[in-house]
Amino acid sequence: MSESSLRLVWVYPDLLSTYGDQGNALVVERRAVQRRVPVTRVDVRSDHAVPTSGDIYLIGGGEDRPQRLAAERLRRDGGLNRAVANGAIVFSVCAGYQILGHEFINDLGRPEPGLGLLDVVSTRGEGDRCVGDVLADIDPQLGLPPLTGFENHQGITHLGPTTRPLARLRVGRGNGTGDGTEGAFNDTVFGTYMHGPVMARNPHIADLLIKLALDVNALPPVDDQWYDALRAERIAAAVQPA
Amino acid sequence: MAANSEPLSPRAKLAVTAGRAAAAVSRAAGKGSGSVIGGKVALRFDPDLLARLARHLDVVLVSATNGKTTTTRLLAEALRAGGPVVSNALGANMPAGITSALAGGSDARFGVIEVDEKYLAGVARDVAPKAIALLNLSRDQLDRAAETRMLAEKWREGLAGSEAIIIANADDPLITWAASSSPTVVWVAAGQSWKDDAWSCPSCGGVLQRPDDDWYCGECGFRRPTPTWALSGDHVVDPYGVAWPIHLQLPGRANKSNAAMSAAVAAAFGIDPKVALERMFKVQAVAGRYDVVSFLQRDLRLLLAKNPAGWLETFSLIDGPPTPVILSVNARGADGTDTSWLWDVDYTRLAGHPIMVIGDRKLDLAVRLEVAGLQFRVCANLDEAVRAAPPGRIEAIANYTAFQDLRRRVGN
Repeated sequence: MSESSLRLVWVYPDLLSTYGDQGNALVVERRAVQRRVPVTRVDVRSDHAVPTSGDIYLIGGGEDRPQRLAAERLRRDGGLNRAVANGAIVFSVCAGYQILGHEFINDLGRPEPGLGLLDVVSTRGEGDRCVGDVLADIDPQLGLPPLTGFENHQGITHLGPTTRPLARLRVGRGNGTGDGTEGAFNDTVFGTYMHGPVMARNPHIADLLIKLALDVNALPPVDDQWYDALRAERIAAAVQPA
Repeated sequence: MAANSEPLSPRAKLAVTAGRAAAAVSRAAGKGSGSVIGGKVALRFDPDLLARLARHLDVVLVSATNGKTTTTRLLAEALRAGGPVVSNALGANMPAGITSALAGGSDARFGVIEVDEKYLAGVARDVAPKAIALLNLSRDQLDRAAETRMLAEKWREGLAGSEAIIIANADDPLITWAASSSPTVVWVAAGQSWKDDAWSCPSCGGVLQRPDDDWYCGECGFRRPTPTWALSGDHVVDPYGVAWPIHLQLPGRANKSNAAMSAAVAAAFGIDPKVALERMFKVQAVAGRYDVVSFLQRDLRLLLAKNPAGWLETFSLIDGPPTPVILSVNARGADGTDTSWLWDVDYTRLAGHPIMVIGDRKLDLAVRLEVAGLQFRVCANLDEAVRAAPPGRIEAIANYTAFQDLRRRVGN
């Protein structure tokens, strides 16, 4: 953590920002500023080097070809791996989640190496896309209320022994493996298939990242009335689809 | 091609008749105009009917993410200077709706047809159009998996070798990619405010450089083609460098862009830009869009914005603060069920406006606006939102089904 402000890095918005992914950056930024923590947000396009001095890195969802291009450029760049080695926090969504793993299937149907920051391997499902509202219980170790989100993907992500599922599904397909898991995490690196965007539906995850970055156990409360109302509505919708 | 040079076959006539009967039944049952069901029935009688109906017409297809209905209206009005026009003016833009519209215009010389993006290549094959206008491509209905880039690729494959004159917006890299496989392209600098779906090169994947209004790929050299037509402020500049004034009743930059594209298309059909543009002035509201209606002693302007690019254009045309703004968002099937796109819309542009929020997904909007740091009021319905504003003008911006809900409530 740098002394002056929270450094928030949004990785490759030119390639991985198809599903309102900017929302995650906006929510983290907003909730830090509401706690009087100044934020420096850096949006890194894929023709620029990923800075290694960030506190929180966000990486979002995208189409198949941009996903391959992003993986190629991130491997070549090496900045994100160096940042994680320095203890940085990474939160990834959908295509970004797959990139953080060891391998995924690219747009050409071939295995594409990821960054190996999460012990997961992704393949592509044969059936219909997973589309719809999801409800899941987040790993109790993280002490967070239930996860709500919108999934929209065809991926299947298998977790290796050194990573834990981010959540256990009540409704939805999540990792698509049929074992009831959704997402993965390992120390400071997180992955999920949830859109919505996920931070708008789960502001406590944004708070968790801020706490990890600041190395504090608690943050001053903020007015969560609209987040709470949205969560209640979407959780009800997941349990009982219209 | 002259109108009605060859009569319809008995089979095609039967198909048209059966379609009309089905449409009439649908109307009588109170189920809309019946154009889609009519078209479906007619196509079942004669699967080649669309091609047969189009053979009698000089056809232009219009496709885009945004502006296709309005452009179709502007263009139909312009081409009427040259003869009778048949058009799917109500926006039924898939093959059944198009068939139904064409079946209703046996005396027409021109067919001006709006086509859903996903059906463009197929319809272009069926109707052998004289021209195709391609306006813009951007993210829309994310849960449908017809991702923007893939769509551009499909257009490119479908239009390669087409004999139609392609009239394409050179300011949109995805449109340029889609059009540039065709032998005959008229490039129009029609502008593009939304840039976030084309930062990577459609040809090689390199990062696009976008200084001012230009764009190019630094890696493979794919770049903005030199336009022969251009939208320049309130004028359309034709290939001879003559600037023609645009006078529209429709507001906003996006509609000037639609008019510029329409003028270029009209020219391909032999209609003078001056004549074409003068005729476009007649177009008022398009399927309720831009209509101003009196409701509960306020003047409500109805604005449709279906996706981030559409919202961006809409914000640029609304009256400034303190004009109140009502925002309504649904996420039903026709809207796309994923609301994540709300986060691609820069709502900070509404700072200073009183904001009322309604619609099925008003809570998603509430969180979005809270994070944008805006003041807003969540209301149960349109009436409550309207009553929260003082008498006078209100701008009501809604996405697809939310817009239909608005129209129904105000009796538009």
